[in-house]
Amino acid sequence: MRLPIYTAAFTGLMASPALAADLELNLEIPRLTVAEYHRPYVAVWIETPDKAAVKTLAVWYDVKMKNQEGEKWLKDMRQWWRRAGRDMTLPADGVSGATRAPGKHQVVFKGGAAPLGNLPAGQYNLVVEAAREVGGVEVVRAPFQWPPKARATSSAKGTSELGAVSVTVKP
Amino acid sequence: MHMIRRGALAAVSVVAALAIPAAASAHRQWLLPSATVLSGADPWISVDAAVSNDLFYFDHVAMRTDGIAVINPDGSKGEIKNPATGKYRSTFDVQLSQPGTYKIVNTGEGASASYKLGGETKRWRGNAAELATAIPKEATEVKIMENARRVETFATRGAPTKEALKLTGRGLELEPVTHPNDLVASEPATFKLVLDGKPAANVEVEVVQGGGRYSKAAELKVKTDATGAFTVNWPSAGMYWLEAGVRGGTSSIPNAERSASYVTTLEVLPD
Repeated sequence: MRLPIYTAAFTGLMASPALAADLELNLEIPRLTVAEYHRPYVAVWIETPDKAAVKTLAVWYDVKMKNQEGEKWLKDMRQWWRRAGRDMTLPADGVSGATRAPGKHQVVFKGGAAPLGNLPAGQYNLVVEAAREVGGVEVVRAPFQWPPKARATSSAKGTSELGAVSVTVKP
Repeated sequence: MHMIRRGALAAVSVVAALAIPAAASAHRQWLLPSATVLSGADPWISVDAAVSNDLFYFDHVAMRTDGIAVINPDGSKGEIKNPATGKYRSTFDVQLSQPGTYKIVNTGEGASASYKLGGETKRWRGNAAELATAIPKEATEVKIMENARRVETFATRGAPTKEALKLTGRGLELEPVTHPNDLVASEPATFKLVLDGKPAANVEVEVVQGGGRYSKAAELKVKTDATGAFTVNWPSAGMYWLEAGVRGGTSSIPNAERSASYVTTLEVLPD
């Protein structure tokens, strides 16, 4: 996937400063010992330091339910819904996906490619919000700088609906 | 601003209004939606409608549903579904088949009068049209009050919209500055009170949080400024009841005083 020649050629250009950079998200959905367990809905988005949503990278929900009935609970991811979700048309290609089981998950977003696209240079937070039926809701933020000059990782940790969350940016 | 006195009403174009002090034990009218922020293609809400002292406990008398209207996001008239009235509350559903913001509203207009007849004080309440025949000609000390009341709540599917929030220009109304379905605990919200389409200045607004049965509910009072605007700093997330009342404006009944009241239920979500 990487095109070293293009990377070299574009690194110095303001128009697409991060064409080949990667943003790697690692997140853990905790295994919970509860009588009734449903996989959480999870939204992943990028925000500016003043919490304005820039891009939604992923929404994991019940995409397969008939008549799009799974969308009924998207609003339970309250922060994402208010800042981004309610203005989106779902399902969205490359963004919508099925809910995931407890465990560790890694997703890599490529600079220049949907859904990350060309993110303007700046300081951001990667935000993960999880909402679980018959459970709670939790939001975790990990800051990052874009485009990355060198590989950098920042970590955060949830206490209830999310475990460890980290974001690694790589030039 | 002007103080309103009977007799001056017809002569003066009145913008300012005199706030009615809220009685401590006043029965409160309310519409309580099951949800205010919704997603998905075909969400419904269920709404309780009642009159009670404590919010939002249905323990006094049901609100009638025949005066309840729905304004769809596109401004068209919607409908309530499955209405039922019990001893203490009414309940009905609203299907949010369009994306955007719905207004659910109960308005009422009427008149009340007091007068003396044969040394006795009499009271009357009814439609303005009945006034002419309701009060005997020999009555003295006739005081007539024209009343307009409005009870509202809002629900939004998807992104909030503004079409349904348009004012009618009649009675006391809420003009949103902050959208009524975009409220979170950490952000103050600003609204304007409008009487017959004009800013209602210097009016006291009572804000009461629901859930007062087991611990003291948050209550605060704010006043509208010269533009009718007021700002609420929410003590915490929850369902809130807002009420304001004024005397003033132009009455359609000769020699009558005018009163208008506004109530809304607003949901403030956690951040």
